[in-house]
Amino acid sequence: MIYMIEDTINGILMGSIYGLTALGLTIIFGVLKVINFAHGSLLMVGMYAAYWAVALTGLHPYLTLVLVVPVMFVFGYYLQDIVIQPIFRAEKNVREPITVIIVTTGVWYILDNLTLLVFGPHYRTIQVNPLRGRMLEIGGLMISVPKLWGFVSAMVAAAAVYVFLQRTRMGRAIRATSLDRDAASLMGINPYKVYNVAFGIGTATAGIAAVTLVPFYNVFPTVGVLFDIKGFIIVVLGGLGSIGGAILGGIIIGLIESVGPQFMTATWTEAIVYGLFLLVLFVKPAGLFGVKYDW
Amino acid sequence: MSFLEVKNIDVFYDDVQVIFDLSLTVREGEVVSIIGGNGAGKSTLLRTLSGLMQAASGEILFEGRGIQAAPPEEIVERGIVHVPEGRRLFTLMTVRDNLEVGAYNRRAAPHLHRTLEEVYTLLPRLAERQAQIAMTLSGGEQQMVAIGRGLMAKPKLLLLDEPSLGLAPILIKSIFETVRKIADQGTTVLLVEQDVHHSLSLSDRGYVLEHGRIVMEGPAGELLADPHIKSAYLGI
Ligand SMILES: Nc1ncnc2c1ncn2[C@@H]1O[C@H](COP(=O)(O)OP(=O)(O)O)[C@@H](O)[C@H]1O
Ligand SMILES: [Mg+2]
Repeated sequence: MIYMIEDTINGILMGSIYGLTALGLTIIFGVLKVINFAHGSLLMVGMYAAYWAVALTGLHPYLTLVLVVPVMFVFGYYLQDIVIQPIFRAEKNVREPITVIIVTTGVWYILDNLTLLVFGPHYRTIQVNPLRGRMLEIGGLMISVPKLWGFVSAMVAAAAVYVFLQRTRMGRAIRATSLDRDAASLMGINPYKVYNVAFGIGTATAGIAAVTLVPFYNVFPTVGVLFDIKGFIIVVLGGLGSIGGAILGGIIIGLIESVGPQFMTATWTEAIVYGLFLLVLFVKPAGLFGVKYDW
Repeated sequence: MSFLEVKNIDVFYDDVQVIFDLSLTVREGEVVSIIGGNGAGKSTLLRTLSGLMQAASGEILFEGRGIQAAPPEEIVERGIVHVPEGRRLFTLMTVRDNLEVGAYNRRAAPHLHRTLEEVYTLLPRLAERQAQIAMTLSGGEQQMVAIGRGLMAKPKLLLLDEPSLGLAPILIKSIFETVRKIADQGTTVLLVEQDVHHSLSLSDRGYVLEHGRIVMEGPAGELLADPHIKSAYLGI
């Protein structure tokens, strides 16, 4: 019984981190209307950034947020501005241009292979790591401290993005563009600049996710792929474009993964995850929670 | 120097031409109507003025400067604001958020709160509905939001594309009264309409657009009395 509760708690914690990795995917989709296949690679870039920041400065992993978040924002902003934007301009009249998806796939390959070339295939773990293996004991329950921090980060990041979108001038411009690009133009909003900002925010949230992962996860060039696939499943479960849905979808996946093995083998839990994914696609394509955009 | 001067523009959708060698002028403070049937090219003309589309040839001068190559956001900043056909509200945002987005441009943003009060005074219904999601409003209220959102951008020249479209007669009357009030407060208005009687009645001048060409122009009173217009547009 105690294991059951522990697994549930750990599932929620890990799941919220999955949700955090998917948050950027859902934001970028909500505004640009395309799935960013490079999202896992952006997460990977963020993990290397956090890894090297810790390795070179010896800072507490979470302190690297002050570095990783702005760097990732700028990286995403200019990636969209320089690489993706020209395709959008060329396909001005297409609402959901497929060629953009192809370009993001190209970005994924380039980033993963460039990383392989520069840093090699080794698995890396940070050496200076005050969070390593730390456990919190509450009434006989053992809870992973780095995952607890990840959970807090996910909640704070999701809330911050939500408030930003609701309360600020740029946030409103992003929502307006996501709802009607031409009408937003007529209000004086430059949609391409909004795309840059949305991509920057999406990439910055991947950076936050990366920082939360680095204390207990290996860093290697294809680490993003794993989270990519989970990310797609999560945003479909939660509803493409939904912030709350991304977090909840992540928690569902985390729970299936951690509680499932109590009752069946791990391969079965994976089958359940994919089965749920297909079921939602067939039965409720707007996502389990039915809200397409909650912002 | 004219306020708005359109000189010999041609506009295409891909290779289909819909506007042919069109010229028109609007003077500051005027209300000018463009009337014409379905498919005449009225919306295309407004889309070209606001930069959503580009003219293949010709010139568009606003306050003496060429804007034919400028993107929409720059044209809004210059002071031309387009309230599009079919309202095009940000459907899942509140009335208040729709209005605030209207004031996004740099010229209007610093005056947001003041303009918001002015808009609420002109359209008190919007003040009552400000927390409501735009999609859930009635057609007439949605049109009010569309106009209010346009006003939030602080237009020098307001382009209105068929504001009466799909509304009940009583609401049509109130929409045109609102347009009159906006003009009386000093905003220049270029009004596109199929409701010829109402639009010419409140305009100073008018143009008749048929198959992408201006076929007639003149003071609104003269157009209203013209036999061709009476038979083709007023059904008299
Ligand atoms: N997006 C488009 N692509 C191709 N043709 C279009 C498009 N929009 C309008 N048209 C055509 O251009 C012509 C003028 O349309 P429009 O400007 O909407 O007329 P109006 O507003 O006077 O009803 C019509 O023949 C219409 O079929
Ligand atoms: Mg039209």
